[in-house]
Amino acid sequence: MGDQPLSIFQVSGRAMSAQLVRMNTTASNLANAGTVASSSSAAYRTIKPVFRTAFDAASGMATVDVEQVVTAGAEPEKRYDPGNPMADQDGNVWESAVDETRELVDMMESARTYQNNVEVMQTAKSLIVDTLKLGR
Amino acid sequence: MTDSLFGVHGAALSVRSQRMGVLASNIANASTPGYKAKDIDFRAALASADAPGGSIDGAIDAATLYRVPVQSSADGNTVELTTEQTAFAENAVAYQTTLSFLNGRIGQISRALKGE
Repeated sequence: MGDQPLSIFQVSGRAMSAQLVRMNTTASNLANAGTVASSSSAAYRTIKPVFRTAFDAASGMATVDVEQVVTAGAEPEKRYDPGNPMADQDGNVWESAVDETRELVDMMESARTYQNNVEVMQTAKSLIVDTLKLGR
Repeated sequence: MTDSLFGVHGAALSVRSQRMGVLASNIANASTPGYKAKDIDFRAALASADAPGGSIDGAIDAATLYRVPVQSSADGNTVELTTEQTAFAENAVAYQTTLSFLNGRIGQISRALKGE
């Protein structure tokens, strides 16, 4: 990829894989909501993908890639819970600060965008097939 | 640029397919911060492709403009899905229409050649 001009299928396909990465990070965040650790550094932090436009001057089209996955959001919350088996010697645990509402909204948006790209691909496919049938 | 057999439809098909790519790019970048949506002014592109000495590539480049968003978003992205989806659907139908015109013309020519 990169040295060849983009096709409309690559534009939508790469956008779909980017949305899939976003969906995976959202799933990881939701799965780790409320998990505790015995230190601030060991606690789970929300992860988010960073999207970057990939321009292609030859075809005049642009697709999207995931540049990196970064940790974002609030710091883990310190809580005094000496009965917890994960507590340190002072009796503190660190709970991951995952904003579940935000993650669910992200999940819905990601699913909708994915669906839009599928639709684009289907339309493009049927138009290309019709063009090939020209004159028959 | 106008073809004697197929008229303006060949150029129209090129512009329509290029526009489909541009609109697909917008939809692909619906959640990329800072992405600026573009669109091709079909009428302008076709008019300058059809002008004497005009080329399709040059006409498309000149008619590709940044979209002005109805309501700007905080992350600098100017893709508005309703606008893009409407434009994409309209463009797909217009492409299909051009194909029908071309099919009709091809039928006409082949009937003329066969002497039917």
